[in-house]
Amino acid sequence: MTMSENNQTTTAVAEAIPQQRDADSAPLLQVKDLKKHFPIKGGFPIRRTIGAVKAVDGVSFDVFRGEALGLVGESGCGKSTTGRLLTRLYEPTHGTITYNGQDISTANRKQLAPIRSEIQMIFQDPYASLNPRQTVGSIIAGPMEINGINPPGGREARVRELLEIVGLNPEHYNRFPHEFSGGQRQRIGVARAVALEPKLIVADEPVSALDVSIQAQVVNLLQKVQREMGIAFVFIAHDLAIVRHFSQRVAVMYLGKIVEIADRDSLYNRPRHPYTHALMSAVPNADIDAVKKERIRLEGDVPSPISPPSGCRFRTRCWKAQDKCATEEPPLVQISGSREGHLTACHFPEEPTTADRGEDIVLDPALAALEDESGANA
Amino acid sequence: MTTLTKTEDAPAPTGGDAFLSVRDLKVQFSTEDGIVKAVDGLSFDIERGKTLGIVGESGSGKSVTNLTVLGLHNRKSTHVEGEILLEGKELITATEPELEKLRGNKMAMIFQDSLTALSPYYTVGRQISEPFRKHTGASKKEARDRAIQMLEKVGIPHPKQRVDDYPHQFSGGMRQRAMIAMSLVCNPDLLIADEPTTALDVTVQAQILDLLKDLQQEFGSAIIMITHDLGVVANMADDLLVMYAGRAVERGSVREVLKSPEHPYTWGLLGSMPRLNSDVDEPLLPIPGSPPSLLNPPSGCPFHPRCAFTDKVEGGKCKGDRPTLPVGRGSACHLTADQKQQVFIETIQPRLG
Amino acid sequence: MLRFLIRRTLGAALILLLISAFTYFMYFAIPQDPAMLACGKNCTPDALALIHKNLGLDKPVPVQYWDYLSGIFVGRDFGVGHCSAPCFGVSFRNNQMVWDTMMDRLPLTVSLTFGSLIVFLFAGLGAGLLAARFRGTWLDKTFSGASLVTSSFQIYFIGPVVMGLLVFSTGWLDKPKYVPISEDPWGWFMGLLIPWIIMATIFTANYTRMARSSMIEQLQEEHVRAAKAKGMSSRYAFFRYAWRGSLIPIITILGMDIGGLLSGGMVTELTFGLAGIGRLARDSVVGKDLPVLMGVMILSAAFIIVCNIVVDALYAVVDPRVRLS
Repeated sequence: MTMSENNQTTTAVAEAIPQQRDADSAPLLQVKDLKKHFPIKGGFPIRRTIGAVKAVDGVSFDVFRGEALGLVGESGCGKSTTGRLLTRLYEPTHGTITYNGQDISTANRKQLAPIRSEIQMIFQDPYASLNPRQTVGSIIAGPMEINGINPPGGREARVRELLEIVGLNPEHYNRFPHEFSGGQRQRIGVARAVALEPKLIVADEPVSALDVSIQAQVVNLLQKVQREMGIAFVFIAHDLAIVRHFSQRVAVMYLGKIVEIADRDSLYNRPRHPYTHALMSAVPNADIDAVKKERIRLEGDVPSPISPPSGCRFRTRCWKAQDKCATEEPPLVQISGSREGHLTACHFPEEPTTADRGEDIVLDPALAALEDESGANA
Repeated sequence: MTTLTKTEDAPAPTGGDAFLSVRDLKVQFSTEDGIVKAVDGLSFDIERGKTLGIVGESGSGKSVTNLTVLGLHNRKSTHVEGEILLEGKELITATEPELEKLRGNKMAMIFQDSLTALSPYYTVGRQISEPFRKHTGASKKEARDRAIQMLEKVGIPHPKQRVDDYPHQFSGGMRQRAMIAMSLVCNPDLLIADEPTTALDVTVQAQILDLLKDLQQEFGSAIIMITHDLGVVANMADDLLVMYAGRAVERGSVREVLKSPEHPYTWGLLGSMPRLNSDVDEPLLPIPGSPPSLLNPPSGCPFHPRCAFTDKVEGGKCKGDRPTLPVGRGSACHLTADQKQQVFIETIQPRLG
Repeated sequence: MLRFLIRRTLGAALILLLISAFTYFMYFAIPQDPAMLACGKNCTPDALALIHKNLGLDKPVPVQYWDYLSGIFVGRDFGVGHCSAPCFGVSFRNNQMVWDTMMDRLPLTVSLTFGSLIVFLFAGLGAGLLAARFRGTWLDKTFSGASLVTSSFQIYFIGPVVMGLLVFSTGWLDKPKYVPISEDPWGWFMGLLIPWIIMATIFTANYTRMARSSMIEQLQEEHVRAAKAKGMSSRYAFFRYAWRGSLIPIITILGMDIGGLLSGGMVTELTFGLAGIGRLARDSVVGKDLPVLMGVMILSAAFIIVCNIVVDALYAVVDPRVRLS
């Protein structure tokens, strides 16, 4: 399939989203300037807080009812921490999380209780996230028990039904997690998450620990429950292709901040932030006949979130960086040429079209040296 | 493409261009639960300067194969049959001292996780220079200079200072570069890269893959690239071997295998992985079920319990007969060539986008 | 490193202070007058009052404690004479200076500890490394089996058995006794040989098993395999790569064991009729002799804390990832 055809189909889906929003315009979840700083202890002679890992450092976004919002970025960008903040597994250092109009960022246990059943989480590691001493039945029934919910027909019948929904044999009700493969365990995790018919599921790398052929099974299952049960998802993953497949909107994070957020089509086909562009260019494509895009090779790794660069955090690896980038932090706004809802935090954004193959950008010194050498020899 | 002209069943004498030849390799471990047939009749060849991609999921035998090539399997509990010929030298029967002279020198390995594969107790420089001293007899000073030179080559900034750092002082990407430097320090002819970028972020992965390609140009090594990521092999490899349950189920050039795959398992792999340009409204095409236990692999074709096309094969052959992988380009499947082509074009290809 | 040592020393001082305070005040919770012990059977109220005054027991308990603490640093005067720093008081039982008593007993405990340590460290680690290197062979099975048997020995059982055999039945060796090494090295060696052998046997078993299991664990590490993959011999990978990693658990246990042994192997000393720190501790408890009890407690705690600090410092030497702070 060519790119242009592909664009049309994705555009159609993307345009459906704003309509949905109009119907129920208040976002389900609103995140404003969310921060999570993990203190670093040290010092002499008395140990004290001497710094902080700024894992999440001022993140704002909305999640609408029934939509899947993808959160991508490389390790250390804060996407998993964000997920844990949304489910209040971590206490935010700063900022607000508003769920259905209620501020849950500072809510206590009691106030959270009714909301806990509406926001569920699916974890990366299907081996570590299930209690090995509990049967599958009691794992899945757990959330119902805690929240005192008695479905018609009883909990056991409901669990069997859930097992069926996630593609497991209801007869396996009394088995233990170790009797299942990794993919099956992740299905159990999904059954537990949907048991209370939540409004929002935060899925943190739900398939990255699984084999390729199993990944697809679980992605399809998540997509099925998302569509059939109308559950909103925050889908956290490092695999850009899977995020694109799953999410209608996607946010790209870098060093604790969202650098770009847009609907899927706009983000993947017309990225404005140089980092997003570099990410897209770095994904190896299994289609060897795909239109060759410009090759962008950044230098080095992501800097430390303990002392992130001033101004724009990406500037130390960016080929467009100028003096302004070091002094002024670019706001996350819609920049000219972008589609509505496409927000970018960049002073010198990329062109709104990347249809043509641009010039290669090789910042990596080793690659540049080796390629110069072979170029000179040739 | 790499010549794959030897027949599967009759091991031909080596020669031709093949630099490494594996013939009907069988690797079995005895465990408490029984005998694990980790590799079961695998053959392949690789030429100097070329890259062979080996694709498969966990338990497909891809990593075991390569440990066996290096002779790093546990000799007590492992039974190995077949032939592994490196420049005509038989490695399975080679003695440990003979293998030690080859490892790190003629053939080297890049491990998946540089954090565990580099010792935390010794400096990066020491770990790079160790094999150089051992294989070339260089002095400490020469080996250190060589280590600095290699670090520079793989793009470590300030190599003269960083050579004395410990691995934990390097970032993930830099550690993987250091490991590449360590594997290339003696100019090996064969480089085995076992999921070299799986633990890395995507922008770093792109740097490392390009680096490997560029270094291969310079060093002329043959590379065996083990991965589960078809995107990585599409980028790196000349030829491709798809493994399932310890057996090769399909092989050919990268273009042949990715563009006109023949084996239902390869179809499944392609259908399971979304691409950046695939149609998002089409659900993925997963392979049902899970990979088989190698303690007790299915009879006949090991893929038959997960295969959607067994009813197209007459006489229940999929359950009873093990299909053979033909010479050269081909797949180990009972479907006829026409059926394979027809199924792929009609049902698989349209959904891949 | 210096910061680490300063911080840890300060911490250690604080812990010792807490231990001493705790022991001191707990002792006075016992409803019995300690002076009664020193006074003996024919005690008159006058004599008792004198003892009170001599020992400083007539003052309030917090003041006594303060006197005790300051005595450690500057010395104190008692009715029985001057006690120079470090002064840990005077025994209720025999009016001797506690510090002098402890220093009398310490050489025996130190001899027992380091004598057996040399044996069990070499034998245990050696056997453990051999067992790991030749895992699954008869050698491994022999060592593992033997260590399983000997580690279940109890010193109060095997001690008398061995003594019965080597001393009383055959007369090959004398009954264990302590002769200072400075006076008679050979006598010192022969006198402690039996306890050394017995202690070493039991500890060797533990160290064999620990060295074996941590080496086997280390041998599975990817970096050991990587060392082989670059052509290093399996012996080199074993001794350079795997061994380094197994040092951490060994150092940890060794530090605990040395601390424990120095603070007195009570059972060992009692079994062999030797009078070291352990014996002193037991006697002070039985005799409700507070100054001796306090002295032994603080000395033992100090040994354990020092061993801990040394262990933590050694971690940083062995493993460059460990940062001392």
